[in-house]
Amino acid sequence: MAYSNKVIDHYENPRNVGAFAKDDPTVATGMVGAPACGDVMKLQIKVNEQGIIEDAKFKTYGCGSAIASSSLVTEWVKGKTLDEAQLIKNTDIAQELALPPVKIHCSILAEDAIKAAIADYKQKHGG
Amino acid sequence: MNYFRLFDLPETFELDLTELGSRYLSLQKRFHPDNFAAGSERDRLMSVQQTANINDAYHSLKQPLLRAEHMLALRGLKISNEQRSFTDPLFLMQQMELREQLAELQDEADPEAALFAIEQQIQQQRKQLLKALSEALVEQSAEQDQLAAELVRKLKFFYKLQQELELIEQQLQD
Repeated sequence: MAYSNKVIDHYENPRNVGAFAKDDPTVATGMVGAPACGDVMKLQIKVNEQGIIEDAKFKTYGCGSAIASSSLVTEWVKGKTLDEAQLIKNTDIAQELALPPVKIHCSILAEDAIKAAIADYKQKHGG
Repeated sequence: MNYFRLFDLPETFELDLTELGSRYLSLQKRFHPDNFAAGSERDRLMSVQQTANINDAYHSLKQPLLRAEHMLALRGLKISNEQRSFTDPLFLMQQMELREQLAELQDEADPEAALFAIEQQIQQQRKQLLKALSEALVEQSAEQDQLAAELVRKLKFFYKLQQELELIEQQLQD
């Protein structure tokens, strides 16, 4: 299957790979997986006092599309408020990366990962 | 279609694979298109269709996860092809750690020993999950079926891990 140039770019030069310190109270983590292909995705956000996502990191074990989707989302969420980040749709990710239909689930995974990270942050901060 | 009925086998997760294999062969023989070459068009079509069903059924019943999915589908819980993300954080964290250990094997002083240790861990957990799955499927209650579905999802991650592990094992040997 042919990957789009954008997928290849994110796959070969993934942005923001890594992890923040787990015990940092400003950090929240979203963990999601896709049983069908065994992909596992971890997406972390670092949120400042104004409720803005200052930084984001990810680690994904999966195919090129899953890596590219999570890499793209970490770029997109930086500078966004939690509410703005909540609005990221898998269809936007799929469109930006020109994902073929069989890889749409990778973009769903990335959307679910950022939603899970936001939920984790809100749970930790009583919101 | 009920694959168990096709093979005239009890609808149970614990299955006699030898018996399954021999019933598969005898059904294959009985419905082989060669036997119907001189028959009517209808009979020939039937034999081709039946052969395809027998192959699908054998493929599904042979593998534990597909067998469990088929049993759940027969009970009205269809989970094959589902696109919903899996979100159990503790389980996923553990999967991530196992993946990390596999990825960092080359840096170990004794990669083969480390690989063996991970393989033991994977197999042990897979065994436990399969046992729990078998028990959940006996019950035939909606609640236990949901539990069984969750166990199938978890097991899929372990099968993927096993594949990754075998790939790395091969690389180490080369």
